[in-house]
Amino acid sequence: MLRLPTSTDPSCLKEMLLVCKLSRSSPNRAQIGAMDMAAKRRRLIPSSLRWLLTVPISSRDCRLFFPLRLPATLQISLLSVHYNIHQTMASARVAKIAKYKTTIKDPGTPGTLTMTLEKILFVPRNPKSAGKLDVEFRYIKGQKHTKEGSNKPPWLNLTNNQNGSFIFEFENYSDLQDCRDFVGKVLAKSGEVSEKPTAAYPDEQLNAAEMELRIKLLQDDSELQKLHKQFVLSDVLTEAEFWATRKKLLDREASKKIKQRLGFKSAMVSDIKPSTDGRTNKVTFNLTPEIILQIFAEKPAVHRAFLSYVPNKMSERNFWTKYFRAEYLHSTKNSIAAAAEAAEDEELAVFLKHDDILASEARRKIRRVDPTLDMEADEGDDYTHLPDHGIFRDGNKEMTELQNELYKRTLSQDINRHAAVVLEGRAVDAEFEDTKAVAEALAHSKRESSNKGESDGNSPERLDRLSRMTEIEDLQGSNNLPLAPLCIKDPRDYFDSQQANALRTSGDALSGTEQIKCSLSIPEVYGSLRESISSIKTMGWKEPIVKPEVAHQVFDALTNSISNTKHNIGKNPQESVLDRLPRKTKEELLHIWTSILELLKHFWASYPITTSYLYAKVNRLKDAMSNIYPQLEEIKGSVPSEFRHQVSLLVRPMHQALDAAIQHYEASMQKRSTQSGEKPNGYV
Amino acid sequence: MASAPSKLYADDVNLVVVLLDTNPFFWSSSSLSFSQSLSHVLAFFNAILTLNQLNQVVVIATGYNSCDYIFDSASDLNRCFENGRMPVMSSSLLQKLEEFLIKDEQLSKEEAEGRIKSSLFSGSLSMALCYIQRVFRSGALHPHPRILCLQGSPDGPEQYVAIMNAIFSAQRSEVPIDSCYIGAQNSAFLQQASYITGGVHHKPQNLDGLFQYLMTIFATDLHSRSFIHLPKPVGVDFRASCFCHKNTIDMGYICSVCLSIFCKHHKKCSTCGYEFKEVISSTIFGGCVGQKRGAKCVIAGWGFCISHHEFLC
Repeated sequence: MLRLPTSTDPSCLKEMLLVCKLSRSSPNRAQIGAMDMAAKRRRLIPSSLRWLLTVPISSRDCRLFFPLRLPATLQISLLSVHYNIHQTMASARVAKIAKYKTTIKDPGTPGTLTMTLEKILFVPRNPKSAGKLDVEFRYIKGQKHTKEGSNKPPWLNLTNNQNGSFIFEFENYSDLQDCRDFVGKVLAKSGEVSEKPTAAYPDEQLNAAEMELRIKLLQDDSELQKLHKQFVLSDVLTEAEFWATRKKLLDREASKKIKQRLGFKSAMVSDIKPSTDGRTNKVTFNLTPEIILQIFAEKPAVHRAFLSYVPNKMSERNFWTKYFRAEYLHSTKNSIAAAAEAAEDEELAVFLKHDDILASEARRKIRRVDPTLDMEADEGDDYTHLPDHGIFRDGNKEMTELQNELYKRTLSQDINRHAAVVLEGRAVDAEFEDTKAVAEALAHSKRESSNKGESDGNSPERLDRLSRMTEIEDLQGSNNLPLAPLCIKDPRDYFDSQQANALRTSGDALSGTEQIKCSLSIPEVYGSLRESISSIKTMGWKEPIVKPEVAHQVFDALTNSISNTKHNIGKNPQESVLDRLPRKTKEELLHIWTSILELLKHFWASYPITTSYLYAKVNRLKDAMSNIYPQLEEIKGSVPSEFRHQVSLLVRPMHQALDAAIQHYEASMQKRSTQSGEKPNGYV
Repeated sequence: MASAPSKLYADDVNLVVVLLDTNPFFWSSSSLSFSQSLSHVLAFFNAILTLNQLNQVVVIATGYNSCDYIFDSASDLNRCFENGRMPVMSSSLLQKLEEFLIKDEQLSKEEAEGRIKSSLFSGSLSMALCYIQRVFRSGALHPHPRILCLQGSPDGPEQYVAIMNAIFSAQRSEVPIDSCYIGAQNSAFLQQASYITGGVHHKPQNLDGLFQYLMTIFATDLHSRSFIHLPKPVGVDFRASCFCHKNTIDMGYICSVCLSIFCKHHKKCSTCGYEFKEVISSTIFGGCVGQKRGAKCVIAGWGFCISHHEFLC
């Protein structure tokens, strides 16, 4: 189970992102435990947040947690935004008047419910009644509550580990809300403390992204995973050490996290279905920053209105109310009513009118068109705001509808604008927590792109763009892969072969027996060679070139040796013994070899030992290395007898490597013990 | 550069570039006389040429001071040297060989005593590779070339760098290097060359039957090697020469940037200019021994062992 560390410090206003990605085939499941305060029931949260507008935002402490169990077949990126608007939770104690019910049917004992960070205390008003309750938060597992809009009274149900429940009935829903928030906070906090994140090493600042990279690497490479399991989980090596030598792998993984940006959804924004409440005649829209971003991207006039009106002229809530009112009016296709309302409310009119920013943008694009054949935009693009897309029906325009025309908007206009925005792609990339940030980021990016576009006709960028666009890729030659130039600092030294001979001493590895004992002088040797040639020329070849019995002998010997070695070693020189072993043995041998390499890498890197940490590490590594010997013996024993010789040949270098390391260890231990009497305290 | 794909028009066409050792110092002290070996070798060339009408043999002489192209069976100049006693091609080859030896002798100069009398194997190997590159670029149809080295001289450690470069470029062009070593000791360079490029290496036991060895092992064309078993050496000698003194070494230091081999610790790598920041004491770090006499190597600036290990790497 993977628990990612979260911070639930209520006094922090920062936003925190937890990103958890699971690969398709992963058997691991992630459980980010806590509660969803705002969701009505536990379910899988899609990749957006739920944001309720039914209650004024400023008094809510929107903290969202999800209890969820992810199916392993889904690849979900989850965003959990820890978001504090108001610091209501600075208090560590909540006291409310409530009634305590043991079951639902129970009328309940009235009293006071006090909750602190440690425990829940309920004191009945009537000291004589038996409903006193004193429960520590440790035992509380979860909570449920009744919905505000329903006709049920405000109840809060706290469940404990033994599946019992404590039901409290409050006087009103806001009390319930406060208690709920508090309980949620405490539960989250306690949920954290009780578990130890697997990566909590004192010397490592791991953030979630790093953790996720490591997990991905481990999942992708089973060899690495085996090594990891073998060493890190058995405490031979620490996480930090294990990953310290694999920085390059991690970096490569990090850069592989594709910077591909998710585009907008194809579903249209106007398809947001609000949730309706028949009883109170209220319609609730759920707006997430994602949706808001899309609205602003598609309707720049709305964006501009937001930037100018909020929070000066109206609150955000009002803004959206008006916006949705305008949408409603559009959907009824009642342009007369729209005109009427627009006349009354100038802000509403903004939403109802045609988007003049779009119009001006289209016109600007036309001006910017390259002389090179670029059909990106032409006069026909300036149609989105025209009724009927500029196509005249029946050959004429109705004059009577002129004043209402501004307020008409057709579905095809919406669809086309939406499609254009989707195809453009996202202009802003990051995640947002509130509308203001969305609006500002979008405005910023628009400004930037407009700056780029406003350059004059003959600017270098424009010319550069022209030259790039006139290039036809198909007709270019292929780019050869760039090769690093060979850089030899001192070529003479590198290539020169003659200087070595001057330094040659007589007592080197190639002993005198290998040297050609040549007492003849140069002309003599050449002369003898030339003599042989002339003798052959005059006499012709010796008949026979090779004696039959010699040939027969040679042939026999060769055949024998070929058949023997084929049996022992294999057909071609490149074939390795490993391939002929049974597969399990081969895998075990290879795995042992990689683990030996890993251990040796860390072992030799720890010398010379200067700190006690290295000392302990070396000891651990030495123990792990000693454990490998019996494993090798076991493999040697398990192999069928015809392979035993080869396996022992393969195993021999492993033994030698381990022996060398252990020898070195023992020598250094001895040296240390003899010196320990003399050394000052600085040496461990 | 990538090798041009060879367009075999028949599976078993050979193009053999033979590097013939003509080191006089070796031949004067060899058990097999030069004339005898020449008769074996010339008969072998003829045999190759009779195996297939399209076969081609090119001979490069590896001399003591120089190397040169001696013979090309596809050339038309072979007709000039008529000699009743032997096939025309052989006599032209012998003529050219003689001329080459004269030139080689003229290039010789006085040297210090004690030098290993090795032939210029690196030079002839490079010339062979250049010829093969020309064949690749001739477009049209050509058989897949291979190189056959008939060497007897001992290895010259000072040629290590050049020979290894040539071997790697042969590997890259997918040209197998076969080697037949007729000298007294073992040649590490030839073993490595054949191993790396996928050729076959053999050291004949009985030099009187050299022709039989050549016909059985080295006449096999590349296509047939997939189903004809050839002798496989038990192990490969991977000894290297150090870059600073050109001595043959078993254990040494390696620059972690360019993998140049040095026999003792240097502050700065002479090939790539990298400066080693840490000073590691001269203990050997780790050891993984190759099959026969492998190279234990140490990276200066790190403490890690790499090895040439033919089975497990």
